Amino acid sequence: MDLFNNLAIGFGAAFTLQNLLYAFGGAVLGTLIGVLPGLGPVATIAMLLPSIYALDATPALIMLAGIYYGSQYGGSTTAILINVPGESASVVTAIDGYQMARKGRAGAALAAAGLGSFFAGSVATMVVAAFAPPLTELAFKFGPAEYFSLMVVGLIGAVVLASGSLVKAIAMILLGLLLGQINTDVISGVPRYSFDVPELTDGIGFVAIAMGIFGFGEIIANLGRPAEHREVFTKDVRGLWPTRQDFKDMAPAVLRGTTLGSILGVLPGGGALLASFAAYTLEKKSKGRPDEVPFGQGNIRGVAGPESANNAGAQTSFIPMLTLGIPPNAVMALMVGAMTIKGIQPGPQVMTSNPELFWGLIASMWVGNLMLIVLNLPLIGIWIKLLTVPYRFLFPAILAFCCIGLYTLNNNNFDVYMAVLFGLVGLAFYKLGCEPAPLLLGFILGPMMEENLRRALLLSRGDWTTFLTRPLSAALLIAAVLMIVVVSLPSIKAKREEAFQED
Amino acid sequence: MKIKSQKDFWSGIMFIVVGLGFAWGATNYSMGSSARPGPGYFPLGLGFLLAFLGALVVFQSLTIDTRDGDPIGPWPFKQAVIILGAVALFGLTIPRLGMAVALPLLIGISSLASGEFHWKEVLVNVVVLTVGCWLIFIKGLGLTIPLWPTFITG
Repeated sequence: MDLFNNLAIGFGAAFTLQNLLYAFGGAVLGTLIGVLPGLGPVATIAMLLPSIYALDATPALIMLAGIYYGSQYGGSTTAILINVPGESASVVTAIDGYQMARKGRAGAALAAAGLGSFFAGSVATMVVAAFAPPLTELAFKFGPAEYFSLMVVGLIGAVVLASGSLVKAIAMILLGLLLGQINTDVISGVPRYSFDVPELTDGIGFVAIAMGIFGFGEIIANLGRPAEHREVFTKDVRGLWPTRQDFKDMAPAVLRGTTLGSILGVLPGGGALLASFAAYTLEKKSKGRPDEVPFGQGNIRGVAGPESANNAGAQTSFIPMLTLGIPPNAVMALMVGAMTIKGIQPGPQVMTSNPELFWGLIASMWVGNLMLIVLNLPLIGIWIKLLTVPYRFLFPAILAFCCIGLYTLNNNNFDVYMAVLFGLVGLAFYKLGCEPAPLLLGFILGPMMEENLRRALLLSRGDWTTFLTRPLSAALLIAAVLMIVVVSLPSIKAKREEAFQED
Repeated sequence: MKIKSQKDFWSGIMFIVVGLGFAWGATNYSMGSSARPGPGYFPLGLGFLLAFLGALVVFQSLTIDTRDGDPIGPWPFKQAVIILGAVALFGLTIPRLGMAVALPLLIGISSLASGEFHWKEVLVNVVVLTVGCWLIFIKGLGLTIPLWPTFITG
């Protein structure tokens, strides 16, 4: 069995002392930032990118991956205990989880979230291992025209499923693509939009963009809001183990959440956030015991379903990134950046050229999930204490880490100034209601897209119909158009808005 | 004509301006032909597309009713100036004065942005974070960051 051989390579790589330590480090850090509201995985991974220069590629990616799925565990803790989702994907967990905590059942809710996430994480690891190789095979058949169309689908998919105005989201992608044009043209060697600034001829560092918009922009926005009142149910966390009835109730919800999350994670624009929303809706629609607690008043299924789904989605969203080199969400965009920093060109060849990295990363996800369940259930008390740290201590620390990261990126203060500029830009986006995540995706994919477009046109001798006459490319473009049409239909539009109103 | 969504109106204007800006910039570079696209080909197309979408957003903001006119609301100017100013100062000071000076400045100044400022707390935060960063980044990760001012180390 190839699958087992491959997983054996992976576990061999993941079980070295160094990689175990980095997986553990990532899991701890992920839980930490998941617990702390106002600090998400995007900002954290951006913050840590400069420090991975000192690491090998495999431990670096293992650690960054650990941060992402670790934050899904940590985010549920705050959602349940203080009704503040530490992570956007835990928004729906707060609905029933917090009600359970108010009724003195915080322990059961935390256990449901933790055990559900662990189960989902284990299944999703297998899904990634099973589906990555065939997709990679497919990707090798792609020419530049197919790649270009695939990126169009990826970018459109990333926004149709998000909340907010569709036109604005597509405009944000274009803005990202344009910012990606500030570089030296790969084909002709002409510097573009550099205004004779030598640093700009290499392009804007995407760490500077990510930190400016997601790091500084968010800090300013958080400080601009009046301080929230937090009520922490710390004393009520006892009796972690759910009752037998709880287990019976949550088992089907965990299964449904895992399945849904695994599927939605692979889709462009999918990942943890969408998975948890969809799973909550599904749980509300499916029938439970006749005498169960209604939804919104502390139903354990409302915690187990979405929490399993967001963890499964977080992990399967690695599939398009690992096999095609196309990031389905902002976190994966940063992972692509991390691979590039380590000199690995993301794409289908990663599996064959760096099998240890590829399978080690997958195996480490399961190991990391095992660590997380230990970190989060028996040691829950430590994380609860962290919730009492006020934001006024936190944000200078975030700033300090960001600044040092920016400076060490190229040992140059230019990146620090760029991040200041993008902090302003991020604030403007926030005030104007423009979601910045699509911009980051566009920025990452911009140069790749341009190269593939120009190569496709070169091959077809300038014939634009090449994108429609090649069947695979045509199918992908039709899929992109269909997505836009479907989301724009009045009935679906209303549903989509409704789905995101629930938070 | 009445603007029905302030947020959308101004984001639309932003998209138009930036899109046209990039398209105008692209005219400085060789356009090539569709068989041999030059460096200006892709940005020109993207710029016009962005400007078009911006116009669409503006059109929507003038025609589609919103409940409260989507006001942009007050800008957190004070916080923005303090935070971004502190970061810019860090960028200015780090190569010359080193981490031992630049970090405390960054932490001290940025703390002013929070509504609650207590001298003792900020001092503790400064010491803990500066020592912590020195341990993690210089000792632990071995990054080359100047620690002391150049006039001391020579």
